[in-house]
Amino acid sequence: MIDTESAAVQAAGKALSRVDVTPAAASFLVELTAKHGPLMFHQSGGCCDGSSPMCYPVGFFKVGAVDVHLGDLHVAHLDPIEVFMSRSQYEYWKYTHLTIDVVPGRGAGFSVESPEGKRFLIRSRMLTDDELKAFDLI
Amino acid sequence: MTVTSSPSTYAAPGTPDAKVQFKPRYDHFIGGEYVAPASGQYFENPSPVNGKVFTEVARGNAKDIDRAVESAWRAFDSWKKTTITQRAIILNKIADRMEENLEMLAVAETWDNGKPIREALAADVPLAIDHFRYFAGAIRAQEGSTGEIDNDTVAYHFHEPLGVVGQIIPWNFPLLMAVWKLAPALAAGNCVVLKPAEQTPASIHVFMDLIKDLLPAGVLNIVNGFGVEAGAPLAAHPNIRKIAFTGETTTGRLIMQMASENLIPVTLELGGKSPNVFFADVADEKDDFYSKALEGFSFFNLNSGEVCTCPSRALVQQSIYDGFVADGLERVKQVKQGNPLDLGTMIGAQASNDQLEKILSYMDIGKQEGAKLLLGGDRADLGGDLTDGYYVNPTIFEGKNSMRIFQEEIFGPVLSLTSFQDYDDAIKIANDTLYGLGAGVWSRNGAQLYRAGRDIQAGRVWSNTYHQYPAGAAFGGYKQSGIGRENHKMMLDHYQQTKNLLVSYADGPMGFF
Repeated sequence: MIDTESAAVQAAGKALSRVDVTPAAASFLVELTAKHGPLMFHQSGGCCDGSSPMCYPVGFFKVGAVDVHLGDLHVAHLDPIEVFMSRSQYEYWKYTHLTIDVVPGRGAGFSVESPEGKRFLIRSRMLTDDELKAFDLI
Repeated sequence: MTVTSSPSTYAAPGTPDAKVQFKPRYDHFIGGEYVAPASGQYFENPSPVNGKVFTEVARGNAKDIDRAVESAWRAFDSWKKTTITQRAIILNKIADRMEENLEMLAVAETWDNGKPIREALAADVPLAIDHFRYFAGAIRAQEGSTGEIDNDTVAYHFHEPLGVVGQIIPWNFPLLMAVWKLAPALAAGNCVVLKPAEQTPASIHVFMDLIKDLLPAGVLNIVNGFGVEAGAPLAAHPNIRKIAFTGETTTGRLIMQMASENLIPVTLELGGKSPNVFFADVADEKDDFYSKALEGFSFFNLNSGEVCTCPSRALVQQSIYDGFVADGLERVKQVKQGNPLDLGTMIGAQASNDQLEKILSYMDIGKQEGAKLLLGGDRADLGGDLTDGYYVNPTIFEGKNSMRIFQEEIFGPVLSLTSFQDYDDAIKIANDTLYGLGAGVWSRNGAQLYRAGRDIQAGRVWSNTYHQYPAGAAFGGYKQSGIGRENHKMMLDHYQQTKNLLVSYADGPMGFF
C-alpha cells in the first residue's frame, strides 16, 4: 500500500497530515478502544452508508495493495489509529483534508460504533497551498 | 416550501385511524415464531418523519444468528423438496396477501423510512408484490437441460438450491430490497436468514406478521440488530452457502473477505454516482417529450435521493444548457416537501439523523470546492410535529465532474450539474467515476440514444426514462458497483447450483480395466 503520510510529512519537515479527529470523536475512540481493542478506519464509498469512515478492530478488515494509508489519528493514551482509503477513491479525494467527527445516529455497515447510538462522520476541507506542496499535489 | 395538512393525509401510526399499528416491541422471527434476543436487549427505533421513537426491536448477536441458521437448515430438508408448483403457489399467495394490505404496508414503510406515501403506494409495495409473482412464474418456467454426449452417454443438468443463505438488507427501500432478494431465493428452494437494516427494522416485521402463516416454519428467519453485532456474524457464518448484500464498498469488501474464508459466493450491490445525460435535441420542441426530460432531470428527488441509482450527476449539452437548466430549476421548485403521509407530498424525510448530517457535510464540501449553489443547500424545518424530522431542501450545485460532490453518492436530494460539448465529451464525463450502476440518456435521435447507452459503463442505462424498476429487467453494477444481477430470472442462478448427472446407458465396460 502507499503510505502518503510518512514520505510527504518528512519531505515537508513538519507535522502536516491529511487526517485529523475532533475532540468528541477522540474521547469516543478512547471508549471504543477499551471495548474492542486497537482500532483503525477505512473510508467507504458507494451508496447507503458510503462516504462513511468505517471503524474496525485492527485486523478485522484486511487492507491491501489497493489501499492508501492516509495518515494516523493521534489520540491521547492510544496508539496511533491508522486511516485508510482505496487508491482509486483516493484519486478523487486527494485534494481534501479529512476530519473524523461523531454525530448522534444509527450507523450501519459493520463499524463498531453503531450500537452506541453514534456515528462517525467525515468533515472535509480543501488542502491549503502549503499542504498541497507538502503532499506533492502541485 | 410549505407544509399543509389535507384530508388526503394518512393517519400516523399510533393514532386511532392509522392503517397500521406497530407493536411496542419486535422480537426476532426464527423457526416460525417470535423469539426474544439472546442478550435480552432491544434498541429503540425512531421514525424519521418526526424523530420520535415508535417501537423497540430485538438487538441480535451471534447467538441469535446461530439459532436462525440452525432453524433454517432444519426447514431446508423439506423446503427443497417442495415442488416448484407448490413454491410458486406460495409466492403468489404472499403477493395476494400483500396486495390486499397494500395501504397498511405502505404506511408502515413510510413511517419506518420517511419516504412519501405516494411513492410507497405507487412503487415500493406494488413492485414488491409483482416481484413475488414474477419469480413464481420464472421458477415454473425454468427447466434444466440434457446433453447427448454420445450415443450411450447423457448429461442431465438440474437446478438445485444452495441451502441456507444470508441476506443483508439496506434501509432505503426496506421492503422492496428485502423482496428483491427473498423472492428468487425462496423460489429456488433456499431457506433464508435475513438481517434488516438497523435504521429501518420495523416494516419488515409488519410484512412477516402478515404472511407468516403462508411459509413453513424456518424457511424465512429475521434477525434484527446492528451490523457489527448481527450482520458480521451472519456474513461470516460457516454454515451459510451464500451471502447477499446491498450497501457500500468497504462493507462489500469486508463481506467478500469473510466469504473467501468460507469459500461461498456473494452478490453485492454497492451503489454508484449515476450520470443523467441530456443531449441538445431534447430541447428541439417544448412538447411532452421535453416535459418528460425535465421530469427526468428532477428525478434526483425520488425517495429523497436515497437511491443507489439516484441520477445525481446531470450532464447537459452546452448548446441548450442555459434554457434547459432554467426550465429544470423551475420544475424542481415545484417539488412539494411535507408530511410524508400526505398524498400530495413529493419529497419526505431522510431516513436517519446521521444520513441528514452526512448530506449537510457534503453541501459544505461542495461550497468549499467552489461549486455554485443554484437551489436549496440546507436543512428544511417543517415545523409543528415534524420539526425534529430529518428533512433537506432539494439542492442543485453547478460545478465540475472532478469535484467530490460529483464523485460520491451523497444519498440525498442533491444534484451536481455540469455541461458537455459533444458526444465524446458526454461519454467521457459519464464514465469518469468509480461506479457503474445506473445511468440515464435523453435524446430524440434513436441512434444517438442507442450508442450512448452502449458506451456508458453502467449495468442499467435508462434511455428516455429513469427510475423504473420492473421485474424482468436486469439490475446490477459495472465497475465498483457490485457483482450479480437482481430483478431478473438470471438472479435464480445466484441462488442455485447445478447438479449434473452423467449417465452411461452402454451395455458393457469402457475397456480400461
